[in-house]
Amino acid sequence: MQIQNTLSKGKEIYKDNISSRNRAEKIFNILLLFSVLFGLLMLTVLLIDIAVEGFSWVRPELFENYHSRKPENAGMKSAIAGSLIVIGLTGLFSFPIGVGAAIYLEEYAPQNKLTGFINLNINNLAGVPSIVYGMLGLVVFGRMFDLFKEGSFLVEFLKIPIESGAIGGWNFNLFGLPWLEIHLPFGRSMVAGALTMTLLILPVVIIAAREAIRAVPPSIREGGYALGTTKWHVIKSLVLPIAFPGILTGMILSLSRAIGETAPLIIMGAFTYVPFLPKSVWDQFTVIPIQIYNWITLPQTEYRVHLAAAGILVLLLILFLMNGIAIYLRKKYEIKW
Amino acid sequence: MQTQNSKLSSFFSFTKDPKIRNFREKIIAISLFGCGVFSILVTIGIIVTLFSEAIAFFLRPEVDIVTFFTGTNWRPLASKISPDNFGVRPLIRGTMLIAVISGAIAIPLGLGSAIFLSEYASDKLRSVLKPLLELLAGIPTVVYGYFALSFITPILKQVLENSFGIKVSFFNAFSAAVVVGIMIIPMVASISEDAMRAVPRSLREGAYALGATRFEVSTKVVVPAALSGIISAFIIGISRAVGETMAVTIAAGATPRMTLNPLDSVQTMTSFIVQVSFGDAPAGSINGQSIFAVGATLFVMTFVMNIVSAVILKRFREVYD
Repeated sequence: MQIQNTLSKGKEIYKDNISSRNRAEKIFNILLLFSVLFGLLMLTVLLIDIAVEGFSWVRPELFENYHSRKPENAGMKSAIAGSLIVIGLTGLFSFPIGVGAAIYLEEYAPQNKLTGFINLNINNLAGVPSIVYGMLGLVVFGRMFDLFKEGSFLVEFLKIPIESGAIGGWNFNLFGLPWLEIHLPFGRSMVAGALTMTLLILPVVIIAAREAIRAVPPSIREGGYALGTTKWHVIKSLVLPIAFPGILTGMILSLSRAIGETAPLIIMGAFTYVPFLPKSVWDQFTVIPIQIYNWITLPQTEYRVHLAAAGILVLLLILFLMNGIAIYLRKKYEIKW
Repeated sequence: MQTQNSKLSSFFSFTKDPKIRNFREKIIAISLFGCGVFSILVTIGIIVTLFSEAIAFFLRPEVDIVTFFTGTNWRPLASKISPDNFGVRPLIRGTMLIAVISGAIAIPLGLGSAIFLSEYASDKLRSVLKPLLELLAGIPTVVYGYFALSFITPILKQVLENSFGIKVSFFNAFSAAVVVGIMIIPMVASISEDAMRAVPRSLREGAYALGATRFEVSTKVVVPAALSGIISAFIIGISRAVGETMAVTIAAGATPRMTLNPLDSVQTMTSFIVQVSFGDAPAGSINGQSIFAVGATLFVMTFVMNIVSAVILKRFREVYD
């Protein structure tokens, strides 16, 4: 009798319990779905908002003209050119250093404290706010610690001729070659901007290149060594060609992050208004995100809402293209071992 | 000429001469080592530039380091330059106000997304949702700033000001914090999800065998087991929000003030740095140097958060093997 009582009581409790547990399960389900969909919903709203405000302002003038006092004439020709050149240079600078560091860490580095420190350091650099890189770039590349300023110790000691003006400092041609102009310090030039961006994306490039190199199975290397070749020869003719698509994908994705970066270049000294196309990498420049920011800060609705949105559409299109290429490359050359 | 050419080409391809070969191997190893340690130079560069300029700033007679960290007035452009006008706390207050609100948005949503992706979604659904969610992190921050200013602020004004009579500034901390929260969701989600997927299946299966529901398995087994990874994701998310620049500069305004009202205009450390850089402060001037003192403070804050998060991830990880 007692047992039956307890049993039925237990059944009741269980019944109650299971329905409230199932209810909790259902509520939780809805909450989870909401949290995933919230982000996607916001993304959709954002894209629609920008397309609605900006689409009709994406017109030939946007690509043919410079910023103008009349919104209907305003374009961002110099910003597009600046973005493309700075990103190209950034790729040129960061590729060898990033891939070199990745090869070192994957193939050469011994398991010791220094290697552990380098790893820790790369992870830390990836978490440094981008604006800090702008300050680093300003001092190291833009001003070069004021070493090449009129009256500095170095200038006095070496009797360096210092020029003033837009591209001030020490100007000379390396080895006397006319196409190898050098300007010290780098000032507010595209070279300084690209070097700043290089430092910013380097941790990401290294991490991506390491993953691509690590994916090459050891048996490939061992096959190479069995033929009696050297370490570098194995890396150069076996590891790198296999890892190359992966490295390239990582590189493009890092550059697509760099093209949307605004703050470091503002701090480094990029201009907001550049009414000419750059003739050399030593010229002053502006980039698409800075042009967008500049338009957002203007009071008139045409700039603040419509031209800014049109600029954003162009920026997103470039990003979309770069990511598309990266995904295509990854799919096309993906090797499964 | 021809012999020289062949010599050159043999230098650049595989050669049997062990002397040349070994020499070349060594040169290559050394230059690769140089690339490897380059990242350490970058860190040293950051520390040296930030702190040398910050120290130069603190050594000025118009500035006092104690007042800098305790003062509640930030008026660097005031005509009268005095230590009382260089108290960084309003900037830190503005930064933390935005970081806390964006964390309050991104942490639950990011954790929810992570649980959904790791425990609920099928592999197929996950392979679609995850890249879509990552898109949020790939959108340039200037775009988020635009979105905050042209979409979220008007809605906020419409709802709060017109319906409830609560005053909303055109530039306000809340709309900036909302977009910063949205942009760090993927980061919180992806690190938390990694931690949850590392929890062994057997733990889940044990709980299911005892009759637990999915909700109970997720919240009472998987989340506690992955807690170190999840907390470290939260801290990294907040650290990212602290260092965020453009969205905050565009949407939150440029008014340094000690407020906790998110509908007020505030200034963060990062937006102050941008404001001064746009004003073309000459090198060596008090404003030109003040951005480095603020930047060094920002760097130390994010650095400490990143280190704490790494330590939590490593120290408190539950190991099940």
